[in-house]
Amino acid sequence: MARKSHVQTTINGETVEFLCEPRQSLLEVLRDELHLTGAKEGCNNGNCGACSVILDGRLVNSCLVLGAEIDGKSVETIEGLADPEKLHPIQDAFLENAALQCGICTPGFIMSAKALLDKNPNPTEHEVRYWLAGNLCRCTGYDKIVRAVLDAASAT
Amino acid sequence: MQAFEYIDAKTVSEAVALLDEKGDKARILAGGTDLIVQAREGRRELDWMIDIKSIPDVNVLDFDSDTGLTLGAAVPCYKIYADDAICNAYPGLVDATKIIGGTAIQGRAGVGGNLCNASPAADCIPPLIVLNATCAIVGPNGQREISVEDFCTGPGQTALGQGEILVSLKIPTPQQNSSSYYLRFIPRNEMDIAVVGAGASVVLDADKQRIVSARIALGAVAPTPLFAGEASALLTDKEISDDAIDEAAQAAQAIARPISDMRGTAEQRTHLVGVLTRRALNGAIQRVKDTA
Repeated sequence: MARKSHVQTTINGETVEFLCEPRQSLLEVLRDELHLTGAKEGCNNGNCGACSVILDGRLVNSCLVLGAEIDGKSVETIEGLADPEKLHPIQDAFLENAALQCGICTPGFIMSAKALLDKNPNPTEHEVRYWLAGNLCRCTGYDKIVRAVLDAASAT
Repeated sequence: MQAFEYIDAKTVSEAVALLDEKGDKARILAGGTDLIVQAREGRRELDWMIDIKSIPDVNVLDFDSDTGLTLGAAVPCYKIYADDAICNAYPGLVDATKIIGGTAIQGRAGVGGNLCNASPAADCIPPLIVLNATCAIVGPNGQREISVEDFCTGPGQTALGQGEILVSLKIPTPQQNSSSYYLRFIPRNEMDIAVVGAGASVVLDADKQRIVSARIALGAVAPTPLFAGEASALLTDKEISDDAIDEAAQAAQAIARPISDMRGTAEQRTHLVGVLTRRALNGAIQRVKDTA
C-alpha cells in the first residue's frame, strides 16, 4: 500500500488535518474521511459537476483533484454556505424557483453558481448558461436553475 | 482507483530525476483532468504521480511584446483567457482554452497537459501549431526545444524521451497585421470533444487586402494533429478571395485521413475539414480587419 499523505487544509474556513491515500480523490476525502457528504459522486470523470467545490477561489470537480493535492489550500463546499439561522441567497433562490427535484445535482449547481456570482455579480443569462455547462441536471430542464441564479444575482 | 505514490516535486530537476528513475510507471500530474480519469479507469499502469504544480518554472505566464509568450506547462486555461494582452495577441489559442470542458475543467486543465496527453482531437494543439509554438523540454541530458507540430507522434504518444518533461511553451510575438482563429465542430453547444477542429493564422499586408502568409492546422482527422503545410503555402502572397480560401480548404481536405467512429464518419470529417478551414481562415482575416 502507498504511504498515506498527511494533509493540512482549510475547509469552509476551518483548519482541518487528515490522512489519505494518494489514490483518494478530494471527493472521496470529503465524503468518506471528513463526512461532508454534500458534494455528490455522479459520473466520477469530470462530466456531470455534481462534485463541484471551490478550491482556492476556483471552481473544480472534486473527483478530478487528489486529496493529497490540497495541502495548504482552501476548500469551500456546500456545507459552508448557509448561516446557522438562514440559508445563503442562492439556496433561497433555488427554493423559490423550484430549481431542484431529486436534488443530487443541486450542491454542485449551487457551488458553481456561487463561484460565478463571486466573480461576476451581474451575469447575463448567456453567461449563466455557459458557466453552468459543466453541471448536468436530468430533472429540471435547466430553465428554473438559470432563473434561480439570475434571481440570486439580483437579490445580492 | 489503483494505488500509486504521490510526490509533490519542488524543482524541475527533482521531477526529471524521479521520472527518469521510475520510468514508464510514473506520470506527470498537472491539471489531472485526463490523468486522474485514466488512472481511475485503469487505462494507464501507474505507480507514481509526480505533481509539478509547485514548481515555479511550469507556472510562468509571461507575455512580452518583444520576446513573445512563455506559457508554463501547468498554467490552467482560466489564467490564459483572463489575460487581456494574451487575448489580443493570440486569440486562436484563447478560442481553444475557452471551449475545453466546462468552467470546473478550465479551473485545472491547461494547454501543456492538453499537448502532453496528445489526443488527436486536443483543441489546443492546432492553434499552437499555427502560432509557431515551440516546446521547452528538460530531461536527464539537459534542455532541448522542438516545434509543437513535431511533438505528437501518435494517439497519446509524444516525442518526450525517458525522464523528459515539458516545462513551457514559447510562442513568438505576433507580426503586424496578423491574427489567429480556432474552431471545432461538435453536435452540442459546449462540453464535447471535437469531431474536427481547425486552426488558422494569417499575416496580411498593410492594406489588409492581401495575405502575406498563412498557417493552417487540423485536429481529429489523423493519429496526430496535422500542420497543413501545402494548404498554407497556397495562400502565400495571395489576394484575399473566396477562390483562394477554397483552394486552401481543398488542399487541407487532401491531407486529412480521418477514421469513422461514434463521433462522425470519415466522409463527414473530410467535409468538415473544408468548412472549418474556410471559417478559420475567414475568422482570422476578419480579426485582423477588425483591429485598428
